[in-house]
Amino acid sequence: MPKITMNINGRDMSAEVENRTLLATMLREKLHLKGTHVGCDTSQCGACVVHVNGKAVKSCTIFASELDGATVDTIEGQANTDGSLNVIQQAFQDHHGLQCGFCTPGMVMSAAALLKDNPKPSEAEVREYLEGNICRCTGYQGIVNAIMAASGQDVPSVAAE
Amino acid sequence: MYDFDLVLPASVAEAAAAMKADGAQALGGGQTLLPTMKQRLASPEVLVNLSGLSELVGVSSASGTLSVGGATTHAQVASEASDFPGLADLANHIGDPAVRNRGTIGGSLANNDPAACYPAGALGAGATIVTDKREISADDFFVDLFETALEEGEIVTGVNFPIPDVSNYQKFVQPASRFALVGVFVARFGSTVRVAVTGASNGGVFRWSDAEAALSKDFSADAVNGLAIAADDLIADLHGSAEYRAHLIGVLTRRAVQAAS
Repeated sequence: MPKITMNINGRDMSAEVENRTLLATMLREKLHLKGTHVGCDTSQCGACVVHVNGKAVKSCTIFASELDGATVDTIEGQANTDGSLNVIQQAFQDHHGLQCGFCTPGMVMSAAALLKDNPKPSEAEVREYLEGNICRCTGYQGIVNAIMAASGQDVPSVAAE
Repeated sequence: MYDFDLVLPASVAEAAAAMKADGAQALGGGQTLLPTMKQRLASPEVLVNLSGLSELVGVSSASGTLSVGGATTHAQVASEASDFPGLADLANHIGDPAVRNRGTIGGSLANNDPAACYPAGALGAGATIVTDKREISADDFFVDLFETALEEGEIVTGVNFPIPDVSNYQKFVQPASRFALVGVFVARFGSTVRVAVTGASNGGVFRWSDAEAALSKDFSADAVNGLAIAADDLIADLHGSAEYRAHLIGVLTRRAVQAAS
């Protein structure tokens, strides 16, 4: 089996994989980075979104063996260096951007990709960017509010507070 | 999915040589092929990866033609095809952002999904599909459902689009798949208009010649009024009847004419 090396969250990591091994499978089962979730496994739900060479991709729909030498960022690399939540993660907590949390890694990685290209998106742009990320709990409003807040824009405060 | 041999060629020439193997299949961005392989609807013995070939990536325009490399992603076309805004906008609404970061124009055209967006853009603009062996006009390229004029082992290396004076693509999204329930691409070159319809026909993308004739005389939404398209050979499924799709073709054509820029 080919040995694949990637720079993942700033560290070089290697694993022997079959040609058919998906990036999501390599991350979860070979490298035990289980923050990346596999929901639908048909490239629709977005729970598996990671960044490959700076671009958001669905890690269930890309072969690890294509990615020798690539730079990969996953949810495990998102926290601040002192371990505290980064701005996007904290905003998800503050604005009830999650309930069960299954979709959250993909949501956060999609949000990070959006804000990198578009630091002050409109609400419509946020909703359009999240077309490929499905949440079955929140109804999206909390997620959209979180991303708007993470970009420094005013959003309504959470009603329960 | 079943395992396979993976070839990572360093050039188109190496890729073409690898495609001669029995059971070889070109791999673009994989956004359709991987789900198909997972379901074992396809089980190629050899995958030849084209997405790593830099000579197949890029968008450029010169003397009225926009050229797109076969392995160029939808996201790159969306951001770089500013000389052909109708095509950039089409590319910017394929699938979702993560799919657009992987999926390629060559893969989409070679697959010829009857509900894909790019076939409408290529046929509507009268593009030329360039392969490692020859050039094929879009009018000859799209043969039938998931069937193209490509021969065994032939690789789409690029697409040349004549840039229309004005164009627009209107897509009625099937919200679960984000494919087109119906999509219509309208392009005007001087007084000649082309109209290509995707998502609607059992035979894949097609040109709506009645609308082309009417719009070539009078490029206005009203020119399409009263034109009807027969529902006989249109797709009928749980998302929409053939009659519904026939109706949508007229609506989307009028919207595309109004929005064309």
